[in-house]
Amino acid sequence: MGIFILYKTILSSGILMLSLLVAMYSTLIERKIAGFFQDRLGPDRAGPWGLLQPMADGIKLFFKEEFMPNTADKFLYILGPSLTMLIALLTSAAIPWGGNLVIGGKEYPLQVADINIGILYIFAIVSIGVYGIMIGGWASNNKYALLGAIRASSQMISYELAMSLAIISVVMMTGSLSLKDIVAQQHGLNWNVWYQPVAFLIFLVCAFAECNRSPFDLPECETELVGGYHTEYSSMKLGFYLFAEYINMFISAAVMATLFFGGYNFPFMDKLALSPNAMAVIGFFVLFTKITFFGFVFMWVRWTLPRFRYDQLMRLGWKVMIPLAILNVVITGIVILIN
Amino acid sequence: MQLISGRSVVVSNKKMTFWEKIYLPAVLNGMRITFSHLFRKKATIRYPEVKREFAEIYRGQHVLKRDEEGRERCTACGLCAVACPAEAITMIAAERKPGEESLYREEKYASVYEINMLRCIFCGLCEEACPKEAIFLTKRIVPSDFERDGFIYGKDKLVEPLDPLKRIDVSKRETKEVLEFKKDKSKRHNQ
Repeated sequence: MGIFILYKTILSSGILMLSLLVAMYSTLIERKIAGFFQDRLGPDRAGPWGLLQPMADGIKLFFKEEFMPNTADKFLYILGPSLTMLIALLTSAAIPWGGNLVIGGKEYPLQVADINIGILYIFAIVSIGVYGIMIGGWASNNKYALLGAIRASSQMISYELAMSLAIISVVMMTGSLSLKDIVAQQHGLNWNVWYQPVAFLIFLVCAFAECNRSPFDLPECETELVGGYHTEYSSMKLGFYLFAEYINMFISAAVMATLFFGGYNFPFMDKLALSPNAMAVIGFFVLFTKITFFGFVFMWVRWTLPRFRYDQLMRLGWKVMIPLAILNVVITGIVILIN
Repeated sequence: MQLISGRSVVVSNKKMTFWEKIYLPAVLNGMRITFSHLFRKKATIRYPEVKREFAEIYRGQHVLKRDEEGRERCTACGLCAVACPAEAITMIAAERKPGEESLYREEKYASVYEINMLRCIFCGLCEEACPKEAIFLTKRIVPSDFERDGFIYGKDKLVEPLDPLKRIDVSKRETKEVLEFKKDKSKRHNQ
């Protein structure tokens, strides 16, 4: 029991560190990629290739003045970014990061919690995420922040529906809500994306909307809302909001890779005939490569597409995504029934 | 009405086709275009390490030239001040005393010569007007300052150093064509 607790502690703190590190360097990579897409070089002054830029940004954010508007609700104002950050970090618990490690004849899964309702857990946590933004925007007592928060909440609620419906077709195929089972079924190259391309597309688009990323970044739409829900935030509270966005991106990429692109599975994995430990390590790196790719897609899309108008966003969500997702579920059901 | 540029496009409100409505082909094409930019040559010049070369005839801070023997060429005729569209140049003329022949080339010289660098528009009309080849614009940039007074450059900053090694090279601006042009009496400004 003691070893079990120790192992889980090490694993969860490792994943926590990993998500924080990835989020930190995502900011640099995002700026680099933005630069390259615009024929620039991006930040390259702090350290070689700008590798110390995230540290510099972090230190800067910590030393900034902690400003709080005098009309703000003090408790909620602090709760907002804390909640956003907490929610962003919680989701990674259910994701299987690799196969099982075997140490001394005992199996140690590279997953913090193999809950049998893994997907439900992730969706439940993600939907709490809207409260962080909503509370922050409301507590700021600023019209732009409030407008941003309202946009964020309605956008996230609308797209969550389509996202969940897209997942239902995957769940129908797999017959399990556990992420571990879903990954295990996609052994080798038997990935879900070949069977459910439409579901993947819907999931991808909805993930952009869920993370408040461009082209759906209306909640923090600079051109009309100053900074959106974090207009009144400064210092590390603002840092938490921005940081949480990158962690969310990382987790969405991980969920996408897990659900549709086989998680830690890779082609010809049976022919290698390696020990389970080696397979687990390779699997982790394979998953990480997939996550990196989707992270790149997130940034790629951001620096390609202009922002949607709000009515376009809502029309796309309710009139296109949800009917399409329902149709996909129905067709999947029929195909399963015939087979 | 026919527009001169010929680039006007008539706005049409045509219905989008199915392929246009689902956006995806257009989105993918956009992503292809941005991806191709990853491998383009970057426009960035890494400033402190790499400096961008100025054009040889860049019009920057002025210099008051000395002749080969180190005498000031300026004779305080005031043509530059008259030519200056921004009225940035002022001067006070003085007579050369006996014994000052090694300092000033002509019998009259400028005892005070000031250019207000905040007023100056660096058009180069002063050097074009100068009949004595005394004032030139150079590749140097006027540095910033905290005070407005600091931008009024007197002779201490404008006249080039006596030391032959520290002379300011204006040969690119003093070409044969320029000299010919200045001597051309058919041009109104040379009369």
